[in-house]
Amino acid sequence: MRRVLYVLLGVAIFAALWEGYKLVGSPDGTVLFGVRFLPRADDLSMPHLWTVLQRLGRPELTGGQPVWIVILHACAFTFGITAAGFVAGALVGLVLAVLMQQFRIVERGLLPYVILSQTVPLVALAPLISGWGGTIMPPWATVSVIAAYLAFFPVAVGMLRGLQSPTASGVELMRSYAAGWWRTLVKLRFPASLPYLFPALRLAGAAAVVGAVVGEISTGTRGGIGRLIIEYSREATSDPAKVYTAMLGAALLGLFVAGAVSLLEVPLMRHRRHVEVVTL
Amino acid sequence: MRKVRIFTAIAATSVLMLSGCGTADDSSTTTTPASGGALTPIKLQLQWFFQAQFAGYIAAVDQGFYKEQGLDVQLLEGGTDIVPQTVLATGKADYAVAWVPKALASREQGAGITDVGQIFGRSGTYQVAWKDSGITSAAQLKGKKVGNWGFGNEFELFAGMTKAGIDPGKDVTLVQQQFDMQALLKKEIDAAQAMSYNEYAQLLEAKNPATGKLYTADDFSVIDWKKEGSAMLQDAVWANESKLSDPAYQQQTVKFLTATIKGWAFCRDNAEKCRDMVVAKGSKLGKSHQLWQMNEVNKLIWPATGGIGVVSDADWKQTVDISMTTKNQTGDTVLKKAPEGLAYTNDYINQAITAAKAAGVDVNGASFAPTTVTLTEGGA
Repeated sequence: MRRVLYVLLGVAIFAALWEGYKLVGSPDGTVLFGVRFLPRADDLSMPHLWTVLQRLGRPELTGGQPVWIVILHACAFTFGITAAGFVAGALVGLVLAVLMQQFRIVERGLLPYVILSQTVPLVALAPLISGWGGTIMPPWATVSVIAAYLAFFPVAVGMLRGLQSPTASGVELMRSYAAGWWRTLVKLRFPASLPYLFPALRLAGAAAVVGAVVGEISTGTRGGIGRLIIEYSREATSDPAKVYTAMLGAALLGLFVAGAVSLLEVPLMRHRRHVEVVTL
Repeated sequence: MRKVRIFTAIAATSVLMLSGCGTADDSSTTTTPASGGALTPIKLQLQWFFQAQFAGYIAAVDQGFYKEQGLDVQLLEGGTDIVPQTVLATGKADYAVAWVPKALASREQGAGITDVGQIFGRSGTYQVAWKDSGITSAAQLKGKKVGNWGFGNEFELFAGMTKAGIDPGKDVTLVQQQFDMQALLKKEIDAAQAMSYNEYAQLLEAKNPATGKLYTADDFSVIDWKKEGSAMLQDAVWANESKLSDPAYQQQTVKFLTATIKGWAFCRDNAEKCRDMVVAKGSKLGKSHQLWQMNEVNKLIWPATGGIGVVSDADWKQTVDISMTTKNQTGDTVLKKAPEGLAYTNDYINQAITAAKAAGVDVNGASFAPTTVTLTEGGA
């Protein structure tokens, strides 16, 4: 109950800031030394929030469906892409983390590449991956690959830290029981890594959303919210509120995914003390 | 034992990584010559999302013109990071639609592609200014804030200014322009780049806050690079240069172009039907905007005195000359030297024109008359 109130309060503060800035901000923005450091407050750059909400109710195109339905459909589509990418990325991250924990040499050899992988710009990656669409996988799945590519990283790194977190005495105890690799992993390392895993999964969730939206934009995959953002932004000249409806959809999708990921924690963390950990 | 395990793990990871890399280079060619009644699958890479700019291809699919030729054509939409000529050169598409200067630049960097059909005979690039600014020609841009798109889309503007005696590096303030027209509407810039069939229409779909009505063509003045003599060739059909030595691909190219000609001729005569086809393809741009675009695109093709798709030597030379001599603000030219090898050929389009004529298609459109399209707010 209280949480709902806080959420509503957050929305209200955002709305107040937006409309308040529109009220006091200069329609031409504030320019200092030739650089605009406060945005324009006119209706073309910052439409009133109620204009955006009204736009949600009006048809997308004459005779078409209302914008909010189009946006919900697009969000559902992108959510599917995100979920597939998130699951694939998390699994890859888990496997890599286990391998790196188990074999020192893999950690030394692979970890730098895992980190390097995140410095490859999507601009370079997207055209490469989009070429797979239609031949070895459906086009939407190529976007999932991009989402997974961004999502596996926090899981791999966070999970590695988690698997390495048990104390030496714990590991030695397992060894004194003659517990093998698998048993040590399941009984000691996995439970110990949970507090590291969940923050990593949240990061992965956020990364998967970004990957899906950006992937849709750069490969032009149709059906999702990323594609809607770029299609609507072409109409920014004549229908500025429409752009914001798509952005609203993307924001909601992000919140929804974050919520879904944190729900994953509930069954696994119920019996655990909450432990503050720092990942990365 | 442990050593073996380590080794297998390393081997497994490296195989995984290698196979991951391998798939990227694996360019499976889909072209198999049609034998008997089976349709040959063809992929055509477009520059952008479905819109009337590509109506001819969409119509040729929709009306079955490609099927008549034994081709099963799949249209691939573009995206912000999809470069059609690269997709073509890497074998992920059989043909691609691309602007000539950009495709020539990719060609210089090693993309083996050939212009086999210059569908748009004219350039659709404008520089738009407010009428009350008094800017009506390139020379008057002097001292003004001039918007340009960059990324190789700006060279007609730079050539036009250079031709008018303006040094684009010194005499104007260059502003990187977004792909919408807000900067001009807010008077942040004095003149904005616009395509006749897209961004210019967006201006006329926007409401003037002062009057509460849409802006009209009277509010703006247009510098048309065709009239300033710095126009460059735009949308063309590109084919894979090395495959063109294969007689089967040659034949297929003629068939593809024949059906493409039919598609564009259909859209010339049935603009509204083609508009509906584009809308049915799921374009998010409104109906009046698409009809405007269809009409403007038709103007860029028709009338085609030499026949649709035939590369005019003079226009080609002008495009290449500007590409080699005009410098943008960073001092770069599109091309460093004249294109080598088979940059364009009229062999296939001429065969296609003969075939289309034999089928009763008007390939010149001498009697084509553009209509007047009324835009509605937001193009809806």
